[in-house]
Amino acid sequence: MKNSSQKRNHIVTMTVIYVVLIIITALMLIPFLWMLSASLKMNKDVFSFPIQWIPDNPRWKNYVDIWTKIPLLTFVKNSTKLTIIVTLLQLFTSSFAAYAFAKMNFKGKNLLFLGYIATIAVPWQAYMVPQFMMLRAWNLNNTHLAIICLQAFSAFGVFLMKQFYEGVPSELCEAARIDGLTEYGIWFRVMLPLSKPALSTLTIFTFVSTWNDFLGPLIYLTKNEVKTIQIGLRMFISQYSAEYGLIMAASVIALIPVLVIFLALQKYFVQGVAATGIKG
Amino acid sequence: MTAPAKGAPEKSTVPGKAVKKSSRAMRNNLTAYSFIAPNFIGFCVFTLVPMVFAIGLAFCNWDGVHDIEFIGFKNFIDLMSDATFKTSFVNTIVYCLGTVPLTLVCSLGLALLLNQNVKLRNFFRTVSFFPYVASLVAVAAVWNMIFSPSMGPVNMLLSALGVENLPRWAAGKETAMITVILFSVWKNMGYYMVIYLAGLQGTNPSLVEAAELDGANKWHVFWHVTLPQLRPTTFFVTITLTIASFKVYDQMFMITQGGPGNATITLVYDIYNIAFVNTPKYGYASAVAMVLFAMVLAITLIQFGSSSNND
Repeated sequence: MKNSSQKRNHIVTMTVIYVVLIIITALMLIPFLWMLSASLKMNKDVFSFPIQWIPDNPRWKNYVDIWTKIPLLTFVKNSTKLTIIVTLLQLFTSSFAAYAFAKMNFKGKNLLFLGYIATIAVPWQAYMVPQFMMLRAWNLNNTHLAIICLQAFSAFGVFLMKQFYEGVPSELCEAARIDGLTEYGIWFRVMLPLSKPALSTLTIFTFVSTWNDFLGPLIYLTKNEVKTIQIGLRMFISQYSAEYGLIMAASVIALIPVLVIFLALQKYFVQGVAATGIKG
Repeated sequence: MTAPAKGAPEKSTVPGKAVKKSSRAMRNNLTAYSFIAPNFIGFCVFTLVPMVFAIGLAFCNWDGVHDIEFIGFKNFIDLMSDATFKTSFVNTIVYCLGTVPLTLVCSLGLALLLNQNVKLRNFFRTVSFFPYVASLVAVAAVWNMIFSPSMGPVNMLLSALGVENLPRWAAGKETAMITVILFSVWKNMGYYMVIYLAGLQGTNPSLVEAAELDGANKWHVFWHVTLPQLRPTTFFVTITLTIASFKVYDQMFMITQGGPGNATITLVYDIYNIAFVNTPKYGYASAVAMVLFAMVLAITLIQFGSSSNND
């Protein structure tokens, strides 16, 4: 008797949970579905109500026209180039520095590390102006090098990798030293292969933040030929605010690379987020 | 710039051995520095130097053309009577007070749901993460269309439901900030949900079982058993959200352009306008930046203070 009422209670609870979850999921997804749907419509049909989710005559032409309406290919190329270079540099310099901080003893270690820690509290927005003045004085505005310099040397990457390396038993390094490996050899042959999960986490974080970065490129990149996809898309939106179909098509294109990387590496993303949370 | 002081104990009593030892130590130091150098040099030049420069600049007058002129606290005194600065300061606080609790409650709620034994858990988690990784420019563009006051589907739906006085969303003075806050909650809650999920994994399930055996209902279990165990996570999420909300800019730029009027202008928006839109006043912009820095620093110190207390 009691058992069956408990069972019924359980079913009611689970039903409520699923209904709420489905509503939240719908709220999360609807803007993306609406974007996709609008990207295949004529401008005049975008706002027709009730919403026609699947257009009768999908206007694939939007996805052709957008490449000629703005130099979208240039923007995509620029973003791809910057994202790849920044991610590779970030992976290399962070894991390299983190190895010394985690597995070597040397003079000034704590002082140098304090230098990184002290800057956590300083938001980039607080020093973006002098940074821009400095790089402009070196004639780096409107160059990709400026964005690379801004993004490639973060304290975050060093922390993330250091935390992971500290979890690797030091005996492994000692054994490798006895076998005659240099420190560089240990980093390359022992640590790097072991740190694939941490490297993946850092890759996805850096990839997503560089691809989506807005304020940095907005300040530095004012010429069309160096603009990234985000800045280019924003420029298009402000110039052709009524070209709804085309704006949505360009938005879909701007989203795809990050969604692909996210779906491929999401396990590491979730682990990374969770790790920062627990550590804090 | 960070040359470490020579340590005295190195000079030990046996001279020959000490030389050999210290030369090996020296080589070891050099190797370590070579590991750190690629990151540290870049970090110094592009982060530390501009940071120090920013502090100095806040006490100067500079338009980028003429010479830099030291003017003491004048920039900060001028800030006191600057209406735009005051508005942007108040708006930043309002945005913070709106987003932090809302995001917290939504992400915790979602995490609690997903922590149940539900099917397709990974699917739900992935989907709520989409907005967080998606390009802000792209999703803000959709948001603007969906919430368009005259044509957007949201207002169409409201009017079909018989609502009069349709909200003007981003275009209305009273609703602009709410629109941006809703957007931020939607975009970021998935991220904090994952942090909460990790926190929930660390809670002790036997405490919940014990409470249920004692006849506590679900609400009591949550309020008296689960939530207290999540306190460190909640604290971390609150701190992170607060700091992020102080730095808000992009959302306003893309949804409201700081308007209508100055209804959604924020501190970073003010800095950007002073330095890059209006006739540049780099010193003055840095003074505003120092206010932002002080706010973030205060929150960070609270965090450090509490984590050292907990240890």
